[in-house]
Amino acid sequence: MGIWRRLLLFGGVSLRAGGGATAPLGGSRAMVCRRQLSGAESETLKQRRTQIMSRGLPKQKPIEGVKQVLVVASGKGGVGKSTTAVNLALALAANDSSKAVGLLDVDVYGPSIPKMMNLKGNPELSQSNLMKPLLNYGIACMSMGFLVEENEPVVWRGLMVMSAIEKLLRQVDWGQLDYLVVDMPPGTGDVQLSVSQNIPITGAVIVSTPQDVALMDAHKGAEMFRKVHVPVLGLVQNMSVFQCPKCKHKTHIFGADGARKLAQTLGLEVLGQSLLEDCCGSGKKIAITFRMIPQVSWKFAWY
Amino acid sequence: MEEVPHDCPGADSAQAGRGASCQGCPNQRLCASGAGATPDPAIEEIKEKMKTVKHKILVLSGKGGVGKSTFSAHLAHGLAEDENTQIALLDIDICGPSIPKIMGLEGEQYVEDNLGVMSVGFLLSSPDDAVIWRGPKKNGMIKQFLRDVDWGEVDYLIVDTPPGTSDEHLSVVQYLATARIDGAVLITTPQEVSLQDVRKEINFCRKVKLPIIGVVENMSGFICPKCKKESQIFPPTTGGAELMCQDLEVPLLGRVPLDPLIGKNCDKGQSFFTDAPDSPATLAYRSIIQRIQEFCDLRQSKEENLINS
Repeated sequence: MGIWRRLLLFGGVSLRAGGGATAPLGGSRAMVCRRQLSGAESETLKQRRTQIMSRGLPKQKPIEGVKQVLVVASGKGGVGKSTTAVNLALALAANDSSKAVGLLDVDVYGPSIPKMMNLKGNPELSQSNLMKPLLNYGIACMSMGFLVEENEPVVWRGLMVMSAIEKLLRQVDWGQLDYLVVDMPPGTGDVQLSVSQNIPITGAVIVSTPQDVALMDAHKGAEMFRKVHVPVLGLVQNMSVFQCPKCKHKTHIFGADGARKLAQTLGLEVLGQSLLEDCCGSGKKIAITFRMIPQVSWKFAWY
Repeated sequence: MEEVPHDCPGADSAQAGRGASCQGCPNQRLCASGAGATPDPAIEEIKEKMKTVKHKILVLSGKGGVGKSTFSAHLAHGLAEDENTQIALLDIDICGPSIPKIMGLEGEQYVEDNLGVMSVGFLLSSPDDAVIWRGPKKNGMIKQFLRDVDWGEVDYLIVDTPPGTSDEHLSVVQYLATARIDGAVLITTPQEVSLQDVRKEINFCRKVKLPIIGVVENMSGFICPKCKKESQIFPPTTGGAELMCQDLEVPLLGRVPLDPLIGKNCDKGQSFFTDAPDSPATLAYRSIIQRIQEFCDLRQSKEENLINS
């Protein structure tokens, strides 16, 4: 913990109310209680402590113009979050052409949305100095991929990522959107926390493949959303089965049916399943091939 | 921790404590005094600890879900088949530690006598516990793994990383900088979406001067068990890993095809090599492992020549 621990302790809170005192001593902080606290005083102390601790947490503020935010996440990488997010956005738009849908890619390290939505280039600035999302297939998209060179890695520590997420959330001219689909990166770290803490989220969709290794991480993802009080709408099982185009023989390459068991454990629904097909990655519109989409978009239309 | 301003330049930057965004930060005085710029003493301690480790290999990928953990585990299994080599497998994916599951370990750290494993997964009270940590806390954990774990005499230390180019990767490269990493193996699938992220990872390796052992193309084709037709489930629309390796002058270590038994064995925590010794995937893995061993031996002999000359 080195440098950060020393900084935390030096810059920490000192509680002077209630008879306690703190004295930084060369890297460690000593709590010296001068007298026993009475019941009422310890209650005040508790309240004050909670007040101070919660002071640091950012206030949840909705994005201007955006009615509902749907998050597509998974603890695991490479299960098809971006694929699902793209298809969800396309399906929501196709389901009801009067709805305006946006797609935000907050995967700072590996943004896949530009490739999948066949978009390139730097976003223009609006008159109020906000970034204008790029449009394709009727969906307004914003991603870190538009802000950095294609092969340039984004080698940032968590704090800078928080700052970038803040910009992607607040400094984009979304206009009036009915749905904003947010494609999360893998993991349960800085980005997920920043997004959940900064904006109110209507619901989260957890994506997984049938493999146990993936489901374990998807479980963690679902747990994380529970902890930060984001409702989990359900699970999507991706890469369920592969059908040989020649002999039509079905192979469950990554296992079968695992998501259903996990959904049962978590008390969630499996919103849909998708098949492995030769698709995605070439920027072609692919919502039609995914049979699960009508189910999923119906679910969201209800909100 | 939430008190740190959003545009914090970082405790070890030249602007620490002096930038406009530092006003009002509780650590401003400390940063301005230059305390943040002193090197972390842990780096020296880790260097000492790593003296007993002969070869260190990082398994990276920009992209998630390409098979890093699967590959790391099987690299460890493959190398450990020689009973005289001591292998250690370190999983620094704090948020999604897959190694305990893939190695079939429930709380124990030794798979076989010569193969030891460490992961944050062993430290959780339940395998379903979510670890929701920001960067600095993860760095602390990684430092502890490197400094406070008694690795002993190890021939190969394999480090399995999470996807991306973030805190964990920076930390492990920084902490092991003085202890000399042999190189990085990059895993990808043939898809362009995956290759994009791997190109970033290759640039990351070059930026931090990490030698690249080579690239492994995983999930490269699927052979139908019934009619033996090969299908490209993740099609190499832009030439796959081969073209990328040619463009970026990085060796292609090999291609591993999709085999449903790999996933099954990982879920059961067994070695795929024992279950399917004749599968094309096994043969591909073995040839890749051999190339990695050759690279490490070559590097070692080059260094010995330098020292002796």
